[in-house]
Amino acid sequence: MTDAAIVCQDLVKRYGDVTAIDHLDLIVPRGSVFGFLGPNGAGKSTAIRLLTGLARATEGSAQVAGYNVGRESIALRQQISYLDQQPHFYDWMRGRELLEFVGQLFGLTGTRLRTRVDEVLTLTGITEAAHRKVGGYSGGMRQRLGLAQALINQPEVLFLDEPVSSLDPAGRHDLLQIIEQLRGSTTVFMSSHILADVERICDRVAIINHGRLVVEATVEELQARYALPIFVLQVEKAVETTVIALTERIRKRPWTTSLTVDRDEIRVGTADVEVAGPELLRLIAESGVQLIRYERIRPSLEDIFLRLVSDTPEATAR
Amino acid sequence: MTRFSVLLRKDLREQWRTLRMPVVAIIFFVVGLGSPVLAKYTPELLKGAGGNIQITIPTPELKDAIDQLIKNLGQVGPFAAILLAMSAVARERERGTLALVLSKPVTPSAFLGSKFVALLATLGLAVVVASIAAFAYTTLLFAQPPVAGFVACCLLILLGIMVFAAITFLASTLLGSTLPAAGVGLGAYILTAIISIDARLGQFMPNGLSDPARALALGNSPPHLWISLLANLFWIVAMLVGSWLVFRNQEFGS
Repeated sequence: MTDAAIVCQDLVKRYGDVTAIDHLDLIVPRGSVFGFLGPNGAGKSTAIRLLTGLARATEGSAQVAGYNVGRESIALRQQISYLDQQPHFYDWMRGRELLEFVGQLFGLTGTRLRTRVDEVLTLTGITEAAHRKVGGYSGGMRQRLGLAQALINQPEVLFLDEPVSSLDPAGRHDLLQIIEQLRGSTTVFMSSHILADVERICDRVAIINHGRLVVEATVEELQARYALPIFVLQVEKAVETTVIALTERIRKRPWTTSLTVDRDEIRVGTADVEVAGPELLRLIAESGVQLIRYERIRPSLEDIFLRLVSDTPEATAR
Repeated sequence: MTRFSVLLRKDLREQWRTLRMPVVAIIFFVVGLGSPVLAKYTPELLKGAGGNIQITIPTPELKDAIDQLIKNLGQVGPFAAILLAMSAVARERERGTLALVLSKPVTPSAFLGSKFVALLATLGLAVVVASIAAFAYTTLLFAQPPVAGFVACCLLILLGIMVFAAITFLASTLLGSTLPAAGVGLGAYILTAIISIDARLGQFMPNGLSDPARALALGNSPPHLWISLLANLFWIVAMLVGSWLVFRNQEFGS
Protein backbone atom coordinates (compact mmCIF):
# COMPACT_ATOMS: atom_id res chain seq x y z
CA MET A 1 0.00 0.00 0.00
CA THR A 2 1.85 3.08 -1.26
CA ASP A 3 -0.15 5.63 0.77
CA ALA A 4 0.61 3.88 4.03
CA ALA A 5 3.71 4.75 6.02
CA ILE A 6 3.11 2.01 8.58
CA VAL A 7 1.31 -1.28 8.05
CA CYS A 8 1.00 -3.80 10.89
CA GLN A 9 -0.45 -7.19 10.09
CA ASP A 10 -1.47 -9.47 12.90
CA LEU A 11 1.43 -8.27 15.02
CA VAL A 12 1.96 -10.21 18.24
CA LYS A 13 4.57 -9.74 20.97
CA ARG A 14 4.72 -12.12 23.90
CA TYR A 15 7.00 -12.04 26.92
CA GLY A 16 6.59 -15.52 28.36
CA ASP A 17 2.93 -15.85 29.27
CA VAL A 18 2.25 -12.14 28.91
CA THR A 19 0.91 -10.93 25.59
CA ALA A 20 2.05 -7.32 25.25
CA ILE A 21 0.75 -6.86 21.70
CA ASP A 22 -2.19 -8.99 20.68
CA HIS A 23 -2.81 -9.36 16.92
CA LEU A 24 -2.42 -5.68 16.10
CA ASP A 25 -3.58 -4.60 12.64
CA LEU A 26 -2.91 -0.98 11.85
CA ILE A 27 -2.49 1.25 8.81
CA VAL A 28 -1.02 4.73 9.25
CA PRO A 29 -1.39 7.06 6.25
CA ARG A 30 1.76 8.68 4.88
CA GLY A 31 2.31 12.27 6.04
CA SER A 32 -0.22 12.08 8.86
CA VAL A 33 0.20 12.88 12.53
CA PHE A 34 -1.04 9.71 14.18
CA GLY A 35 -1.93 9.52 17.86
CA PHE A 36 -1.41 6.18 19.58
CA LEU A 37 -3.35 6.08 22.82
CA GLY A 38 -3.85 3.64 25.61
CA PRO A 39 -3.68 3.37 29.39
CA ASN A 40 -0.42 2.54 31.16
CA GLY A 41 0.76 -0.93 30.22
CA ALA A 42 -1.50 -1.09 27.17
CA GLY A 43 1.46 -1.90 24.91
CA LYS A 44 2.15 1.50 23.33
CA SER A 45 5.91 1.54 23.96
CA THR A 46 6.22 -2.13 23.01
CA ALA A 47 4.48 -1.43 19.70
CA ILE A 48 6.86 1.46 19.02
CA ARG A 49 9.87 -0.72 19.87
CA LEU A 50 8.59 -3.38 17.46
CA LEU A 51 8.06 -0.85 14.69
CA THR A 52 11.51 0.70 15.15
CA GLY A 53 13.26 -2.68 15.12
CA LEU A 54 14.40 -2.43 18.75
CA ALA A 55 12.31 -5.51 19.57
CA ARG A 56 11.23 -8.50 17.50
CA ALA A 57 7.65 -9.59 16.91
CA THR A 58 6.62 -13.05 18.09
CA GLU A 59 4.14 -13.32 15.21
CA GLY A 60 2.90 -11.20 12.36
CA SER A 61 4.70 -8.61 10.30
CA ALA A 62 5.11 -4.87 9.98
CA GLN A 63 6.21 -2.55 7.21
CA VAL A 64 7.46 0.94 7.93
CA ALA A 65 8.40 3.40 5.16
CA GLY A 66 8.09 0.52 2.71
CA TYR A 67 10.60 -1.70 4.53
CA ASN A 68 9.94 -4.94 6.33
CA VAL A 69 10.81 -4.26 9.96
CA GLY A 70 12.44 -7.63 10.69
CA ARG A 71 14.21 -8.30 7.41
CA GLU A 72 15.34 -4.84 6.26
CA SER A 73 16.30 -3.42 9.60
CA ILE A 74 19.27 -1.25 8.57
CA ALA A 75 17.57 0.24 5.48
CA LEU A 76 14.49 0.89 7.62
CA ARG A 77 16.45 2.69 10.33
CA GLN A 78 17.99 4.99 7.71
CA GLN A 79 14.47 6.29 6.98
CA ILE A 80 12.99 6.55 10.46
CA SER A 81 13.73 8.20 13.77
CA TYR A 82 12.74 7.54 17.33
CA LEU A 83 12.44 9.65 20.44
CA ASP A 84 12.08 7.83 23.73
CA GLN A 85 9.80 9.18 26.46
CA GLN A 86 12.90 9.83 28.57
CA PRO A 87 15.68 10.40 26.08
CA HIS A 88 19.12 9.31 27.24
CA PHE A 89 22.31 10.82 25.88
CA TYR A 90 26.05 10.74 26.40
CA ASP A 91 26.28 13.38 29.11
CA TRP A 92 29.95 14.10 28.40
CA MET A 93 29.06 15.31 24.89
CA ARG A 94 28.06 18.84 24.00
CA GLY A 95 24.70 19.36 22.30
CA ARG A 96 26.14 20.09 18.87
CA GLU A 97 28.61 17.23 19.21
CA LEU A 98 25.77 14.79 19.88
CA LEU A 99 23.83 15.99 16.85
CA GLU A 100 26.95 15.69 14.68
CA PHE A 101 27.51 12.17 15.97
CA VAL A 102 23.93 11.14 15.18
CA GLY A 103 24.11 12.87 11.78
CA GLN A 104 27.28 10.95 10.95
CA LEU A 105 25.51 7.69 11.83
CA PHE A 106 23.01 8.61 9.11
CA GLY A 107 25.88 9.21 6.68
CA LEU A 108 25.88 13.02 6.78
CA THR A 109 29.30 14.67 6.48
CA GLY A 110 30.97 18.03 5.92
CA THR A 111 28.87 21.07 5.05
CA ARG A 112 25.68 19.02 4.73
CA LEU A 113 26.10 17.80 8.29
CA ARG A 114 26.88 21.22 9.73
CA THR A 115 23.97 22.84 7.88
CA ARG A 116 21.53 20.19 9.03
CA VAL A 117 22.75 20.46 12.64
CA ASP A 118 22.22 24.23 12.51
CA GLU A 119 18.72 23.69 11.07
CA VAL A 120 17.55 21.29 13.76
CA LEU A 121 19.12 23.40 16.51
CA THR A 122 17.16 26.40 15.24
CA LEU A 123 13.97 24.40 14.76
CA THR A 124 14.05 23.06 18.31
CA GLY A 125 15.24 26.34 19.84
CA ILE A 126 18.42 25.10 21.52
CA THR A 127 21.06 26.91 19.45
CA GLU A 128 22.18 28.86 22.52
CA ALA A 129 22.78 25.67 24.49
CA ALA A 130 24.52 23.80 21.66
CA HIS A 131 27.98 24.30 23.12
CA ARG A 132 27.04 23.18 26.60
CA LYS A 133 27.49 19.66 27.92
CA VAL A 134 24.33 17.56 27.62
CA GLY A 135 24.73 16.50 31.25
CA GLY A 136 23.78 20.04 32.30
CA TYR A 137 20.58 20.22 30.23
CA SER A 138 17.18 20.54 31.91
CA GLY A 139 14.43 17.99 31.22
CA GLY A 140 12.81 20.26 28.65
CA MET A 141 16.09 20.91 26.87
CA ARG A 142 16.85 17.19 26.79
CA GLN A 143 13.48 16.60 25.15
CA ARG A 144 14.22 19.32 22.57
CA LEU A 145 17.65 17.81 21.95
CA GLY A 146 15.96 14.43 21.60
CA LEU A 147 13.65 15.82 18.96
CA ALA A 148 16.57 17.56 17.23
CA GLN A 149 18.51 14.30 16.95
CA ALA A 150 15.38 12.52 15.76
CA LEU A 151 14.90 15.07 12.97
CA ILE A 152 18.50 15.18 11.79
CA ASN A 153 17.96 12.60 9.01
CA GLN A 154 14.69 14.22 7.84
CA PRO A 155 12.92 10.94 8.62
CA GLU A 156 10.11 9.56 6.59
CA VAL A 157 8.51 8.23 9.77
CA LEU A 158 9.10 9.74 13.20
CA PHE A 159 8.21 7.70 16.29
CA LEU A 160 7.60 9.73 19.43
CA ASP A 161 6.97 7.90 22.68
CA GLU A 162 5.21 10.28 25.11
CA PRO A 163 7.14 13.25 23.72
CA VAL A 164 5.58 15.97 25.88
CA SER A 165 5.00 14.15 29.16
CA SER A 166 7.98 15.72 30.93
CA LEU A 167 7.57 19.24 29.58
CA ASP A 168 6.10 22.37 31.11
CA PRO A 169 3.14 24.02 29.28
CA ALA A 170 5.38 26.35 27.27
CA GLY A 171 7.69 23.49 26.27
CA ARG A 172 4.68 21.36 25.36
CA HIS A 173 3.27 24.14 23.20
CA ASP A 174 6.57 24.62 21.36
CA LEU A 175 7.11 20.92 20.80
CA LEU A 176 3.57 20.41 19.49
CA GLN A 177 4.07 23.32 17.11
CA ILE A 178 7.20 21.66 15.73
CA ILE A 179 5.32 18.39 15.30
CA GLU A 180 2.51 20.21 13.52
CA GLN A 181 5.04 21.70 11.11
CA LEU A 182 6.06 18.19 10.09
CA ARG A 183 2.56 17.29 8.88
CA GLY A 184 2.60 16.34 5.22
CA SER A 185 6.36 15.85 4.94
CA THR A 186 6.92 13.33 7.76
CA THR A 187 4.62 10.71 9.19
CA VAL A 188 4.51 11.22 12.94
CA PHE A 189 3.51 8.24 15.09
CA MET A 190 3.04 9.61 18.58
CA SER A 191 1.99 7.94 21.79
CA SER A 192 0.68 10.24 24.49
CA HIS A 193 -1.28 10.43 27.69
CA ILE A 194 -2.17 14.05 27.15
CA LEU A 195 -5.35 13.63 25.14
CA ALA A 196 -5.98 17.34 24.65
CA ASP A 197 -2.67 17.52 22.75
CA VAL A 198 -3.56 14.50 20.65
CA GLU A 199 -6.97 15.99 19.91
CA ARG A 200 -5.27 19.21 18.87
CA ILE A 201 -2.63 17.94 16.47
CA CYS A 202 -3.44 14.39 15.37
CA ASP A 203 -5.19 13.57 12.12
CA ARG A 204 -6.02 10.06 13.23
CA VAL A 205 -5.88 8.16 16.48
CA ALA A 206 -5.72 4.54 17.51
CA ILE A 207 -6.64 3.40 21.00
CA ILE A 208 -5.17 0.16 22.32
CA ASN A 209 -5.88 -1.63 25.55
CA HIS A 210 -4.19 -4.80 26.81
CA GLY A 211 -2.25 -4.93 23.53
CA ARG A 212 -5.40 -5.00 21.41
CA LEU A 213 -6.57 -2.33 19.02
CA VAL A 214 -9.85 -1.00 20.34
CA VAL A 215 -10.52 1.58 17.64
CA GLU A 216 -8.76 3.53 14.89
CA ALA A 217 -10.27 6.59 13.23
CA THR A 218 -10.06 10.37 12.93
CA VAL A 219 -10.94 12.33 16.06
CA GLU A 220 -14.09 13.60 14.33
CA GLU A 221 -15.14 10.08 13.34
CA LEU A 222 -14.65 8.94 16.91
CA GLN A 223 -16.72 11.79 18.22
CA ALA A 224 -19.44 11.03 15.70
CA ARG A 225 -19.30 7.29 16.28
CA TYR A 226 -18.98 7.05 20.03
CA ALA A 227 -20.16 10.35 21.32
CA LEU A 228 -23.63 10.55 22.69
CA PRO A 229 -24.46 14.26 22.54
CA ILE A 230 -25.03 16.00 25.82
CA PHE A 231 -27.28 18.99 26.44
CA VAL A 232 -26.30 21.25 29.33
CA LEU A 233 -29.04 23.35 30.90
CA GLN A 234 -28.14 25.95 33.51
CA VAL A 235 -31.24 27.11 35.38
CA GLU A 236 -32.23 29.71 37.96
CA LYS A 237 -31.77 28.25 41.51
CA ALA A 238 -34.73 29.99 43.10
CA VAL A 239 -37.35 27.77 41.48
CA GLU A 240 -36.36 24.36 42.81
CA THR A 241 -39.78 22.68 42.60
CA THR A 242 -40.21 23.56 38.98
CA VAL A 243 -36.72 22.27 38.26
CA ILE A 244 -37.58 18.93 39.87
CA ALA A 245 -40.76 18.75 37.82
CA LEU A 246 -38.79 19.54 34.65
CA THR A 247 -36.16 16.87 35.30
CA GLU A 248 -38.88 14.28 35.93
CA ARG A 249 -40.50 15.12 32.59
CA ILE A 250 -37.16 14.95 30.76
CA ARG A 251 -36.28 11.65 32.43
CA LYS A 252 -39.45 10.06 31.09
CA ARG A 253 -38.76 10.95 27.46
CA PRO A 254 -37.71 7.95 25.33
CA TRP A 255 -34.70 9.77 23.85
CA THR A 256 -33.11 10.44 27.26
CA THR A 257 -30.16 8.16 27.93
CA SER A 258 -28.81 9.90 31.02
CA LEU A 259 -29.70 12.76 33.28
CA THR A 260 -27.64 14.31 36.04
CA VAL A 261 -28.34 17.33 38.18
CA ASP A 262 -25.45 19.16 39.80
CA ARG A 263 -26.60 22.30 41.67
CA ASP A 264 -28.01 24.54 38.96
CA GLU A 265 -26.78 22.45 36.03
CA ILE A 266 -28.76 19.67 34.35
CA ARG A 267 -26.88 17.42 31.91
CA VAL A 268 -29.04 15.41 29.53
CA GLY A 269 -27.55 12.66 27.45
CA THR A 270 -29.49 11.60 24.39
CA ALA A 271 -29.36 9.03 21.64
CA ASP A 272 -31.55 11.05 19.29
CA VAL A 273 -30.36 14.60 19.03
CA GLU A 274 -32.78 15.53 16.22
CA VAL A 275 -35.82 14.84 18.37
CA ALA A 276 -34.34 15.78 21.75
CA GLY A 277 -33.16 19.27 20.80
CA PRO A 278 -36.55 20.87 19.92
CA GLU A 279 -38.45 18.83 22.48
CA LEU A 280 -36.13 19.88 25.31
CA LEU A 281 -36.70 23.52 24.49
CA ARG A 282 -40.47 22.96 24.48
CA LEU A 283 -40.33 21.19 27.86
CA ILE A 284 -38.29 24.03 29.35
CA ALA A 285 -40.69 26.64 28.00
CA GLU A 286 -43.71 24.74 29.38
CA SER A 287 -42.11 24.25 32.81
CA GLY A 288 -41.60 27.94 33.44
CA VAL A 289 -38.00 27.38 34.55
CA GLN A 290 -35.79 30.40 34.00
CA LEU A 291 -32.97 29.28 31.73
CA ILE A 292 -29.51 30.88 32.08
CA ARG A 293 -27.63 28.68 29.63
CA TYR A 294 -28.59 26.07 27.05
CA GLU A 295 -25.76 24.28 25.23
CA ARG A 296 -25.15 21.13 23.25
CA ILE A 297 -21.59 19.92 23.87
CA ARG A 298 -19.35 17.46 22.07
CA PRO A 299 -17.57 15.00 24.30
CA SER A 300 -13.80 15.35 24.34
CA LEU A 301 -11.37 12.68 23.18
CA GLU A 302 -10.76 12.03 26.86
CA ASP A 303 -14.46 11.17 27.38
CA ILE A 304 -14.32 8.76 24.44
CA PHE A 305 -11.00 7.30 25.54
CA LEU A 306 -12.26 6.62 29.06
CA ARG A 307 -15.43 5.09 27.72
CA LEU A 308 -13.62 2.85 25.23
CA VAL A 309 -10.93 1.57 27.55
CA SER A 310 -13.50 0.81 30.22
CA ASP A 311 -15.91 -0.81 27.71
CA THR A 312 -13.48 -3.44 26.45
CA PRO A 313 -14.10 -6.99 27.70
CA GLU A 314 -10.76 -7.02 29.52
CA ALA A 315 -11.56 -3.83 31.35
CA THR A 316 -15.02 -5.08 32.22
CA ALA A 317 -13.57 -8.30 33.58
CA ARG A 318 -11.27 -6.40 35.96
CA MET B 1 33.11 7.63 7.00
CA THR B 2 31.68 4.22 7.92
CA ARG B 3 29.37 3.71 10.90
CA PHE B 4 32.15 1.71 12.55
CA SER B 5 34.59 4.61 12.32
CA VAL B 6 31.94 7.08 13.57
CA LEU B 7 31.28 4.84 16.56
CA LEU B 8 34.98 4.20 17.15
CA ARG B 9 35.74 7.92 17.18
CA LYS B 10 32.92 8.41 19.67
CA ASP B 11 34.13 5.55 21.88
CA LEU B 12 37.73 6.80 21.82
CA ARG B 13 36.59 10.35 22.69
CA GLU B 14 34.53 8.88 25.51
CA GLN B 15 37.55 6.95 26.86
CA TRP B 16 39.55 10.16 26.81
CA ARG B 17 36.93 12.66 28.00
CA THR B 18 35.74 10.45 30.87
CA LEU B 19 39.44 10.21 31.86
CA ARG B 20 39.54 6.41 31.64
CA MET B 21 42.29 6.43 29.03
CA PRO B 22 44.62 8.92 30.78
CA VAL B 23 44.07 7.37 34.23
CA VAL B 24 44.86 3.85 33.02
CA ALA B 25 47.88 5.17 31.12
CA ILE B 26 49.22 6.91 34.25
CA ILE B 27 48.75 3.77 36.37
CA PHE B 28 50.58 1.66 33.78
CA PHE B 29 53.31 4.30 33.51
CA VAL B 30 53.92 4.04 37.25
CA VAL B 31 53.95 0.24 37.04
CA GLY B 32 56.34 0.31 34.07
CA LEU B 33 58.63 2.79 35.75
CA GLY B 34 58.47 1.05 39.10
CA SER B 35 59.20 -2.50 37.91
CA PRO B 36 62.95 -2.14 37.16
CA VAL B 37 63.36 0.15 40.19
CA LEU B 38 61.73 -2.47 42.41
CA ALA B 39 63.90 -5.21 40.90
CA LYS B 40 67.03 -3.14 41.52
CA TYR B 41 66.38 -2.01 45.06
CA THR B 42 64.31 -4.85 46.58
CA PRO B 43 67.46 -6.72 47.77
CA GLU B 44 68.75 -3.61 49.52
CA LEU B 45 65.35 -2.97 51.09
CA LEU B 46 65.26 -6.57 52.33
CA LYS B 47 68.78 -6.27 53.73
CA GLY B 48 67.80 -3.10 55.54
CA ALA B 49 64.62 -4.70 56.91
CA GLY B 50 66.48 -7.82 58.06
CA GLY B 51 68.43 -6.04 60.85
CA ASN B 52 71.09 -8.43 62.28
CA ILE B 53 69.84 -11.40 60.25
CA GLN B 54 72.24 -12.40 57.49
CA ILE B 55 70.35 -12.48 54.16
CA THR B 56 72.12 -13.52 51.00
CA ILE B 57 70.43 -12.18 47.92
CA PRO B 58 71.95 -12.48 44.47
CA THR B 59 72.74 -9.24 42.69
CA PRO B 60 69.75 -8.22 40.55
CA GLU B 61 70.11 -8.69 36.82
CA LEU B 62 68.27 -7.74 33.64
CA LYS B 63 66.09 -10.85 33.85
CA ASP B 64 64.86 -9.76 37.30
CA ALA B 65 63.71 -6.42 35.88
CA ILE B 66 61.88 -8.22 33.05
CA ASP B 67 60.33 -10.69 35.50
CA GLN B 68 59.16 -7.84 37.69
CA LEU B 69 57.58 -6.05 34.71
CA ILE B 70 55.77 -9.19 33.50
CA LYS B 71 54.57 -9.94 37.02
CA ASN B 72 53.36 -6.40 37.73
CA LEU B 73 51.62 -5.88 34.40
CA GLY B 74 50.21 -9.39 34.68
CA GLN B 75 48.51 -8.31 37.92
CA VAL B 76 47.50 -4.72 37.22
CA GLY B 77 46.62 -5.30 33.55
CA PRO B 78 43.78 -7.82 34.00
CA PHE B 79 42.18 -5.68 36.70
CA ALA B 80 42.31 -2.60 34.47
CA ALA B 81 40.89 -4.68 31.60
CA ILE B 82 38.03 -5.96 33.77
CA LEU B 83 37.20 -2.47 35.07
CA LEU B 84 37.14 -1.02 31.57
CA ALA B 85 35.34 -3.89 29.82
CA MET B 86 32.66 -4.40 32.46
CA SER B 87 30.96 -1.18 31.37
CA ALA B 88 31.57 -1.50 27.64
CA VAL B 89 28.07 -2.65 26.68
CA ALA B 90 26.33 -2.87 30.06
CA ARG B 91 26.75 0.81 30.86
CA GLU B 92 25.14 1.80 27.55
CA ARG B 93 22.21 -0.42 28.49
CA GLU B 94 22.05 0.85 32.07
CA ARG B 95 22.07 4.53 31.10
CA GLY B 96 19.66 4.00 28.19
CA THR B 97 21.92 5.14 25.35
CA LEU B 98 21.72 1.75 23.57
CA ALA B 99 18.32 2.64 22.11
CA LEU B 100 19.66 6.02 20.97
CA VAL B 101 22.39 4.35 18.91
CA LEU B 102 20.61 1.18 17.84
CA SER B 103 17.54 3.00 16.50
CA LYS B 104 20.01 4.40 13.92
CA PRO B 105 21.37 2.37 10.98
CA VAL B 106 24.04 0.64 13.07
CA THR B 107 24.87 -3.07 12.84
CA PRO B 108 25.64 -5.13 15.96
CA SER B 109 29.13 -5.86 14.62
CA ALA B 110 29.91 -2.14 14.13
CA PHE B 111 28.63 -1.34 17.63
CA LEU B 112 30.54 -4.14 19.37
CA GLY B 113 33.61 -3.81 17.15
CA SER B 114 34.04 -0.13 17.96
CA LYS B 115 33.71 -0.83 21.67
CA PHE B 116 36.33 -3.58 21.65
CA VAL B 117 38.77 -1.65 19.47
CA ALA B 118 38.42 1.34 21.83
CA LEU B 119 39.23 -1.01 24.73
CA LEU B 120 42.23 -2.34 22.82
CA ALA B 121 43.36 1.24 22.13
CA THR B 122 43.12 2.26 25.78
CA LEU B 123 44.89 -0.82 27.11
CA GLY B 124 47.35 -0.78 24.20
CA LEU B 125 48.29 2.84 24.91
CA ALA B 126 48.71 1.98 28.59
CA VAL B 127 51.00 -0.97 27.77
CA VAL B 128 53.02 1.20 25.36
CA VAL B 129 53.46 3.87 28.05
CA ALA B 130 54.45 1.24 30.61
CA SER B 131 56.83 -0.41 28.15
CA ILE B 132 58.62 2.82 27.27
CA ALA B 133 59.05 3.70 30.94
CA ALA B 134 60.21 0.18 31.80
CA PHE B 135 62.60 0.02 28.84
CA ALA B 136 64.18 3.36 29.74
CA TYR B 137 64.67 2.52 33.42
CA THR B 138 65.78 -1.06 32.74
CA THR B 139 68.43 0.31 30.37
CA LEU B 140 69.43 2.90 32.95
CA LEU B 141 69.61 0.54 35.94
CA PHE B 142 70.64 -2.74 34.27
CA ALA B 143 71.33 -3.11 30.57
CA GLN B 144 69.45 -2.47 27.37
CA PRO B 145 67.20 -5.42 26.47
CA PRO B 146 66.95 -6.38 22.78
CA VAL B 147 64.45 -3.88 21.32
CA ALA B 148 62.56 -6.31 19.05
CA GLY B 149 62.36 -8.93 21.78
CA PHE B 150 61.19 -6.37 24.34
CA VAL B 151 58.48 -5.13 21.97
CA ALA B 152 57.36 -8.72 21.35
CA CYS B 153 57.29 -9.30 25.12
CA CYS B 154 55.05 -6.28 25.64
CA LEU B 155 52.72 -7.39 22.84
CA LEU B 156 52.34 -10.79 24.52
CA ILE B 157 51.58 -9.05 27.82
CA LEU B 158 48.92 -7.00 26.02
CA LEU B 159 47.48 -10.16 24.46
CA GLY B 160 47.12 -11.73 27.90
CA ILE B 161 45.39 -8.61 29.23
CA MET B 162 43.02 -8.55 26.26
CA VAL B 163 41.84 -12.09 27.05
CA PHE B 164 40.41 -10.81 30.33
CA ALA B 165 38.98 -7.79 28.53
CA ALA B 166 37.26 -10.11 26.04
CA ILE B 167 35.82 -12.40 28.74
CA THR B 168 34.45 -9.40 30.67
CA PHE B 169 33.20 -7.88 27.41
CA LEU B 170 31.12 -11.01 26.73
CA ALA B 171 29.77 -10.90 30.28
CA SER B 172 28.94 -7.21 29.89
CA THR B 173 26.99 -7.99 26.70
CA LEU B 174 25.30 -11.08 28.09
CA LEU B 175 24.38 -9.84 31.56
CA GLY B 176 23.73 -6.18 30.74
CA SER B 177 24.93 -5.08 34.14
CA THR B 178 28.39 -3.82 35.11
CA LEU B 179 28.99 -5.44 38.50
CA PRO B 180 28.04 -9.01 37.51
CA ALA B 181 30.23 -8.56 34.42
CA ALA B 182 33.14 -7.56 36.67
CA GLY B 183 32.42 -10.64 38.80
CA VAL B 184 32.73 -12.89 35.75
CA GLY B 185 36.01 -11.19 34.80
CA LEU B 186 37.44 -11.70 38.29
CA GLY B 187 36.20 -15.28 38.31
CA ALA B 188 37.98 -15.90 35.02
CA TYR B 189 41.18 -14.38 36.45
CA ILE B 190 41.10 -16.73 39.43
CA LEU B 191 40.12 -19.74 37.33
CA THR B 192 42.90 -19.23 34.79
CA ALA B 193 45.39 -18.81 37.66
CA ILE B 194 44.25 -22.15 39.13
CA ILE B 195 44.37 -23.91 35.74
CA SER B 196 47.87 -22.49 35.17
CA ILE B 197 49.17 -24.48 38.14
CA ASP B 198 49.25 -27.37 35.67
CA ALA B 199 52.07 -26.40 33.29
CA ARG B 200 50.59 -28.27 30.31
CA LEU B 201 47.15 -26.66 30.62
CA GLY B 202 48.69 -23.36 31.68
CA GLN B 203 50.24 -22.73 28.27
CA PHE B 204 46.71 -22.31 26.87
CA MET B 205 45.91 -19.65 29.46
CA PRO B 206 46.95 -15.96 29.56
CA ASN B 207 49.55 -16.87 32.22
CA GLY B 208 51.09 -19.21 29.66
CA LEU B 209 52.32 -16.18 27.75
CA SER B 210 54.70 -15.18 30.56
CA ASP B 211 57.46 -17.69 29.71
CA PRO B 212 57.69 -16.86 26.00
CA ALA B 213 57.41 -13.12 26.81
CA ARG B 214 60.34 -13.36 29.27
CA ALA B 215 62.45 -15.34 26.83
CA LEU B 216 61.81 -12.88 24.00
CA ALA B 217 62.67 -9.85 26.16
CA LEU B 218 65.99 -11.47 27.08
CA GLY B 219 66.77 -12.41 23.49
CA ASN B 220 66.30 -16.14 24.09
CA SER B 221 64.32 -18.72 22.17
CA PRO B 222 60.70 -18.61 23.47
CA PRO B 223 59.13 -21.87 24.73
CA HIS B 224 55.63 -22.88 23.49
CA LEU B 225 55.23 -19.43 21.85
CA TRP B 226 52.87 -20.45 19.07
CA ILE B 227 50.66 -22.65 21.20
CA SER B 228 50.16 -19.90 23.78
CA LEU B 229 49.78 -17.19 21.14
CA LEU B 230 47.15 -19.08 19.14
CA ALA B 231 45.30 -20.31 22.23
CA ASN B 232 44.94 -16.79 23.62
CA LEU B 233 43.97 -15.36 20.25
CA PHE B 234 41.38 -18.12 20.06
CA TRP B 235 39.93 -17.10 23.45
CA ILE B 236 39.60 -13.50 22.33
CA VAL B 237 37.96 -14.38 19.00
CA ALA B 238 35.62 -16.87 20.70
CA MET B 239 34.51 -14.26 23.27
CA LEU B 240 33.91 -11.67 20.57
CA VAL B 241 31.91 -14.07 18.40
CA GLY B 242 29.95 -15.04 21.51
CA SER B 243 29.27 -11.35 22.26
CA TRP B 244 28.06 -10.79 18.71
CA LEU B 245 25.77 -13.86 18.79
CA VAL B 246 24.28 -12.73 22.10
CA PHE B 247 23.93 -9.09 21.09
CA ARG B 248 22.22 -9.67 17.74
CA ASN B 249 19.47 -11.63 19.48
CA GLN B 250 18.88 -9.08 22.23
CA GLU B 251 16.09 -6.51 22.34
CA PHE B 252 16.57 -2.91 23.38
CA GLY B 253 14.73 0.12 24.63
CA SER B 254 13.13 1.08 27.90
